Amino acid sequence: MADSLLRAVDIQKSFAGVHALKGVSLDIAPGEIHCLAGENGSGKSTLIKIISGVYQPDGGYIEFDGNKLGKITPIDAILLGVQVIYQDFSVFPNLTVMENLALNSELSDKRKIVNWQRMRQIAEEAVATINFQVDLDALVGTLTVAQKQMVAICRALIFNARLIIMDEPTTALTRKEVQALFKVILQLKAQGISILFVSHKLNEVFEISERFSILRNGELVVTGFTRDLDSAKFSYYMTGREFSDEQFSAKNPGDTPLLEVRNLGLSGAFEGISFKLHGGEILGITGLLDSGRSELALALFGIREADSGEILVKGKRARINNPQAAIKRGIGLVPEDRLSEGLFLPQSIADNLIIAEIDRLASRFKVFDKKKRAREVERLVKEFAIATPNPANACQTLSGGNQQRVVLAKWLACNLDVLVLNGPTVGVDIGSKHDIHGILQNLARDGMGIIIISDDLPEVIRNCSRVIVLKSGRIVEEMDAAEATEQAILSRMM
Amino acid sequence: MTTKPAGNKPAFTNRVDQHVLRLLLVMAVWMVFMALTRASRFYTLINFQTMASQFPEFGLMSLGVMLCMITGGIDLSPVGVANLVAIMMALLLKQLAPADGGGLPVYAIPLVFVLGAAIGACLGIINGLLVSKVRIPPILATLGMSELLTGVAIVITNGAAVSGLPVEYAMTVNNKIGGLVPMQLVIFAIMAIIVWFLLNRTTFGTKIYLLGTNPTAARFSGLKNHRLIISTYMISGITAALGGLVMLANYNSARANYGGVYVLQCILVVVLGGVSPTGGKGRISGVVLAIVLLRMLETGINRFPQISSYYISLIWGGVLLLVMVLDYFSAGKRPIRRPRKIP
Amino acid sequence: MHKGFRKLTKRNETYVSLVVLALCLLIEVRSGQFFTANNLVDIASAMVVPGLFAVGTFMVIVSGGIDVSFPALASLTSYATTKMLLDAGYTGGIWLPILISMAMGALLGAFNGVFIGLLGLPAMIVTLGSSSVFKGVMQGALGSVQLAVIPPGMRAFGTSSLFTATNPVSGLTSRMPVGFLALIAVLLLSFFIMRYTFFGRGIYAIGGNEASAHRAGFNTKRTKFLLYVFVGMVASLAGLIRTCMMQQNHPTNMLGMEMNIIAGVVLGGTAISGGAGSLTGCMLGTLLIVIVENSMILIGIPTIWKSVFVGALIIIGTGVSAYQVVRANRVRSTGRLEGEVKA
Repeated sequence: MADSLLRAVDIQKSFAGVHALKGVSLDIAPGEIHCLAGENGSGKSTLIKIISGVYQPDGGYIEFDGNKLGKITPIDAILLGVQVIYQDFSVFPNLTVMENLALNSELSDKRKIVNWQRMRQIAEEAVATINFQVDLDALVGTLTVAQKQMVAICRALIFNARLIIMDEPTTALTRKEVQALFKVILQLKAQGISILFVSHKLNEVFEISERFSILRNGELVVTGFTRDLDSAKFSYYMTGREFSDEQFSAKNPGDTPLLEVRNLGLSGAFEGISFKLHGGEILGITGLLDSGRSELALALFGIREADSGEILVKGKRARINNPQAAIKRGIGLVPEDRLSEGLFLPQSIADNLIIAEIDRLASRFKVFDKKKRAREVERLVKEFAIATPNPANACQTLSGGNQQRVVLAKWLACNLDVLVLNGPTVGVDIGSKHDIHGILQNLARDGMGIIIISDDLPEVIRNCSRVIVLKSGRIVEEMDAAEATEQAILSRMM
Repeated sequence: MTTKPAGNKPAFTNRVDQHVLRLLLVMAVWMVFMALTRASRFYTLINFQTMASQFPEFGLMSLGVMLCMITGGIDLSPVGVANLVAIMMALLLKQLAPADGGGLPVYAIPLVFVLGAAIGACLGIINGLLVSKVRIPPILATLGMSELLTGVAIVITNGAAVSGLPVEYAMTVNNKIGGLVPMQLVIFAIMAIIVWFLLNRTTFGTKIYLLGTNPTAARFSGLKNHRLIISTYMISGITAALGGLVMLANYNSARANYGGVYVLQCILVVVLGGVSPTGGKGRISGVVLAIVLLRMLETGINRFPQISSYYISLIWGGVLLLVMVLDYFSAGKRPIRRPRKIP
Repeated sequence: MHKGFRKLTKRNETYVSLVVLALCLLIEVRSGQFFTANNLVDIASAMVVPGLFAVGTFMVIVSGGIDVSFPALASLTSYATTKMLLDAGYTGGIWLPILISMAMGALLGAFNGVFIGLLGLPAMIVTLGSSSVFKGVMQGALGSVQLAVIPPGMRAFGTSSLFTATNPVSGLTSRMPVGFLALIAVLLLSFFIMRYTFFGRGIYAIGGNEASAHRAGFNTKRTKFLLYVFVGMVASLAGLIRTCMMQQNHPTNMLGMEMNIIAGVVLGGTAISGGAGSLTGCMLGTLLIVIVENSMILIGIPTIWKSVFVGALIIIGTGVSAYQVVRANRVRSTGRLEGEVKA
């Protein structure tokens, strides 16, 4: 192994008494792709911020290129060649690609006056480095997520980056886009740039990185070569827990389907969709980002009404043209982005729990039945083991995993027959992911019909009894999950 | 894990929030100051009765503005609604008054209130439709409505005041119940209690708080966002109309440009009362306190003849900025520096 | 050329200029008086003060903020300047008054800037408060009254004209005030700032995404602070020019202008949520409002209808653009919901 590009030694950091990093060391070789993994709250973000100069360590030090660094600011870090690509990419949707690309470097040169010609030149050079094809005059707001990410990467390259830190870069990307990203990462590696790839997606860690480091509770648990790692070890390092991978199988599904969809279509999104969902089943629906899977979820929940075909609930035709209609028929939807679409973070846990069933807790004239409400909140908190000293506290005081439970609890409070989950574990760490899968499997065993819409294939295969593959808005395959393999599904998706 | 019974009470500081305490403190300081300096001219029954008959005008409007702000919107049209309703009802009253100078029919005043509130409700519904269905930003939709309604009022009256109302109207609304409690205060109190009840005892209240916090999540939770927004602006229209009817009695006339300063005063009072301009937060206790506090400040200042009453505007603005700065430092937050990361 | 045309049809400015043109043609057809030299000069002259205010409002809205305090700021600085120079018996030229009032404008702008820029408090509420404070200082501390006489230098500036346009038919003449040059100068300067300085690009960046702007290396606090200082200076210049043009200082008659100015800026395509908009659009929107306010009389619509038209214009104009946004969102992101309305 060559000399280190960056070496963090025995880094300590506390915030208001909380020990976020307890002597973490990390070293990254030049031209290496290094994966940093860890659950939420493990200290990943803190470590990144220390490396990029946003925070100062309380103890320990950082060496760059063999030189021990003193106090550094974010600007110093950038000048050394450390670039962070945040999850939101820090782009300006209202400005053009060109300006997004060139702004940072012009600013760091402390320029006051804009020279549009030079800006264009900088931008052209930047996109050329990774051969990124894009209209420089397009507004960044009109680009896809993957393109925005490429803009952020190109922007980082302008600064002669030597270490690029990517904070969970694949979260919002389609499979194809992830592949394109990996290609770019390899290209960067070939140019001698080191990548610190922050992720908790196992398959990505395997695919792209040479070495990995895993943090847990502010400590470095393990660092080593990716080839020595396997899925069980990975989960164990991440969580300190062992998980058994149990394949879910539906037990005696009922006769009449809870939900039947016949020839459902929504112009511009999907068409000719037919399937049945029985109680006790977990149906997986998978496909690429543009396969119409998310739109199908929205249509089942009435947010966007399907314009052809029909939906039958327990054998009866139902018109589902808004969420209220869906809830009335016993259909719930856990949205894709739970934090922004599912929760009211500053409001109380109690209100978050009961909002979907709120009308049932009112007596006449919509007056709250306070006792009923309190009983219901108590029941839900207990049933879903939501760890809070007081349900009147704001929902944002909960940990991530508990917030997930609140979202589920909110829907299950409504006595639903069918629960549709769009990307149920996107951005969820391994421990909570397992818990959520456990809850879903139990619900199915209790007779509920569940639809998981996801492109996380291991998740779909392990938790579903059947899998439907969508491609360009049509069903191209329906298979028994027990027989499905990732390869088989993938080949149909593409 | 401690999961206490769900219905348990939030901590005291949660229930009477910091903001309300701070307002109470300011009010207490002012009352002590007035007691020390102008006790004989401030602490009189008549003075308090006068204050109680004055603040309901914009107090009523503020209640509606508050509800709109809780949903994450704003209503800039209350004065437009109030003046238009006042003018229409003034014209109606003049019609109802017998030509021979006899008394108004008994049904006239209740009719004026019911009809006025109904017109206010309709205008509020239009606001709500513009905000929810047409998706015009609330600040612009209600601003446009305000301009439009004022315009209609000008056209109806040719810009002149409608006066010469039958005396019974002003007498009834300016009446003091039991010789003690001004009627205007009673109207305000009834509306304040209704709004309190809506916010704290009905599902509607919980729904609009959540809607104001996160409209997308509200929609995904099965709330009827459009209908909630329309209802909220409708209530705001009603409170504005009632404010207009109180104004009609206090001035004994109606005109398109009365109460021009009230638009900003309403927002000021509501924000001062602790309602968050971004929605989802705010209590009626804070708003009512702010309304009363501002009236007391103004009246108190007027007890010092050497001080120009124009200073009141300075004090209002100052108090608003002061309260915000106090909130800022007590929350200790740095809104810009911390980049939001989505976990 | 085809691509250029497509681009043109996407731009808001195209539509606003079409509306302005249509309105002009309508007035011309009905009255035959619109495209006369003196009417055009009248409109240009009427544009000076609203145009200056609009430039400042535009910049603030692009940064994601809003300013409702500029009329109060302009009133206070122009009154204080005029009064001070009158008391001193100043007989010199226009430069000293401009200098004094703009210095005061910078100071008052900095007052806003401290709260909004440095402390990060919500702009709407801060400027509401500061507007109240400015008014209070003017009416309370300075005891403002109408000043029927202004210093000779200011009077001379107000009456001097670039040229005089004469209507060949009616023989009516209109003077093009020298103040129009100030509008042109400020427009050029702001165009340069917004387009060719990193301060200006920072304003767009902050309006687009404040956290990113900070990370990109913009000093967001300083940018916002300086922005409000600049806007304060522009507003105070507008106030002074207005005083000169009217040959007297009426301390309160600018108050209440803020809403129509904001409406004009937004009609011109500036996004109320910040980050997008152009000076051209901003001027077109303001022009639209000015024409409606000044030229309706030409087609026989009495001035009392003015507010009705302005109100309807705001609602229809913002309604159409809101609808366009909804439609564009639906097309672009099929998976996501259209953006919910939040103030």
